Amino acid sequence: MAAAGPADFDIGLEGEALKLTARGDWLARNLGRIDTRLRDFEDDSVGRDLIIDVSGIDKLDTAGAMVLQRLFHASEPRGGASAIVGASPGHEALLKQVEPHLAPVAVSPGRRNAFLMMLNRLGQGVVDAYFASLQILSFIGLTLVTAARVAALPKRFRLTSIFYHMEETGLNAVPIIGLMCFLIGAVIAFMGAKILKQFGAEIFVVEMVAIGVLRELGVLLAAILIAGRSGSAFTAQIGSMKLREEIDALKVLGLDPIEVLVLPRVFALVLMMPVLAFIGAMLGLIGGGLVAWRSLDISPALFLVRMQESIAMSNFWVGIIKAPFFAFAIGVVGCFQGMQVEGSAESLGQRTTLSVVQALFLVIVIDAFFAMFFLEIDY
Amino acid sequence: MAKNGSAKNVVEVRGLKTQFDDFVVHENLDLDLREGEILGIVGGSGTGKSVLLRAIIGLKRPAAGSIRVFGDDFYAASVADRRRIEQRWGVLFQGGALFSSLTVAQNVMAPINEHLKLPHALAVDIAALKISMAGLPVDAGLKYPSELSGGMAKRAGLARALALDPEILFLDEPTAGLDPIGAHRFDELIVNLKKSLGLTVFMVTHDLDTLYAACDRIAVIAEKRVIACGTIDEVLQTGHPWIEEYFGGPRGRAAYLGHEAEGQEEGRRAD
Repeated sequence: MAAAGPADFDIGLEGEALKLTARGDWLARNLGRIDTRLRDFEDDSVGRDLIIDVSGIDKLDTAGAMVLQRLFHASEPRGGASAIVGASPGHEALLKQVEPHLAPVAVSPGRRNAFLMMLNRLGQGVVDAYFASLQILSFIGLTLVTAARVAALPKRFRLTSIFYHMEETGLNAVPIIGLMCFLIGAVIAFMGAKILKQFGAEIFVVEMVAIGVLRELGVLLAAILIAGRSGSAFTAQIGSMKLREEIDALKVLGLDPIEVLVLPRVFALVLMMPVLAFIGAMLGLIGGGLVAWRSLDISPALFLVRMQESIAMSNFWVGIIKAPFFAFAIGVVGCFQGMQVEGSAESLGQRTTLSVVQALFLVIVIDAFFAMFFLEIDY
Repeated sequence: MAKNGSAKNVVEVRGLKTQFDDFVVHENLDLDLREGEILGIVGGSGTGKSVLLRAIIGLKRPAAGSIRVFGDDFYAASVADRRRIEQRWGVLFQGGALFSSLTVAQNVMAPINEHLKLPHALAVDIAALKISMAGLPVDAGLKYPSELSGGMAKRAGLARALALDPEILFLDEPTAGLDPIGAHRFDELIVNLKKSLGLTVFMVTHDLDTLYAACDRIAVIAEKRVIACGTIDEVLQTGHPWIEEYFGGPRGRAAYLGHEAEGQEEGRRAD
């Protein structure tokens, strides 16, 4: 046998027939170098008799056997003199094993016009967006109808589940929401302090912090954190249940997935969000108050008195009223996207991202509507 | 390398102990996988068949004992040595474990592109060959794993396991969840591939038919160790109650009779 080495071959003639003499190790990792040369020879050999002498091959694997068979079958039928000769029993078996599997297998989709595909995607996107908004509207309707039905039959109220989700989405979120609001309150006070000092109007930092935190920032920050924290968790939980056919199992057991999974989550969120918004607002005030005290010498007592004098209670209510609406949007979107998960783990990831993005979008839109509404009614 | 009988041992497990926290799965477990054989691993649910497989392929570090693959201790080997060893085995996980974001063809090409520097066209040809050898239809290469049935996903997983022409093939319950026809074909496929490619196969299985039809030797795991290892007849002679129940139960007897009938038929054909 020939000395072992990388795969190589020589081309010659034997009578009328082409003859390829292979030598070395015809292993997958060695074939890269000779593949182009081999394909060129493949084209040249079309329509001619071909003898492949494999006696010089030391090691052979399926990839090596495949390229040899590919070459041999590149032109059918080859003339009578064609043969693969000199194979050892082991190599013979391998060549035989590979032979029936040469039929081309489609591996990559054909290329299409890039511009057309872009148009196609755009159209598909518009249609998808239309149907997605219809779907989410119908999901909201379904949730409300189910809620009404359950309200009529209080026994079907899942208290344990609601309390669990209240703890999970509400109580466990208190530290992070509190800390965020505290820091934002402090930051606003700092910014205000710098500018207002120039006018000698330091005392207005109280209005700035109080109105900002009570009306908007407390509830908004709570909603943003909950969308990221609980909305995504809802999608992931329900989505993985969907992947493991647990939703189908619920249905065939005569349980309504909306009632069992969606309602407790949405309900828990709607109950807890005002509480979180309240905690956020209070910690925002404390953060702002501390900064006002330390850097502007506005004592906590003065801060409180000033607040009572100049800040209407309505600012507080405006913030709190928005909370359940935000919660409903986040909860419904999270559960809806979870129900839309299909097929693979990749879809679960996409839906989770989508759930957070849509929830945040809705929160901001609802907030804008409320701002206009309260402006109109002058509250 | 230690010699055992006529064939080399490609995997040698000695004194293996694995545990999860305080729960000991294996203790003092010895096992050999000989070159060119199909070894079936059986045992009741929860006896750690899959854990043993995971320990051998480097996914579950043993608490004690040694595992030698091709003569090297995998867990003591350098990163480069590990990569070399990993290229010499192929693993088919229970559910196929295909990458869900890639098509079947891309799944099969992943190890080829990762470990071999080959022109794209050649990699495509090799992937196509493996997909066809695993018994999948021509159009399966373009499908995503979520579009495949359980049996097809297993075949696609097998195609990926075969991508680098491994010397050892590890199979975790290859026929579980397949219909009897599909399971039978899968057994045939494994035996065929073993013969033509000279594979050594390590197979965790519950399928009695597979044990009779495909396996050269069987290792029985119970009481945290291998209680018997050998051909089915040798294993049966140990008289261990679990083994008696396993092979002597209605399903065990049915598989035995089926195997006998098939053997006689083959004998007649040979005459």
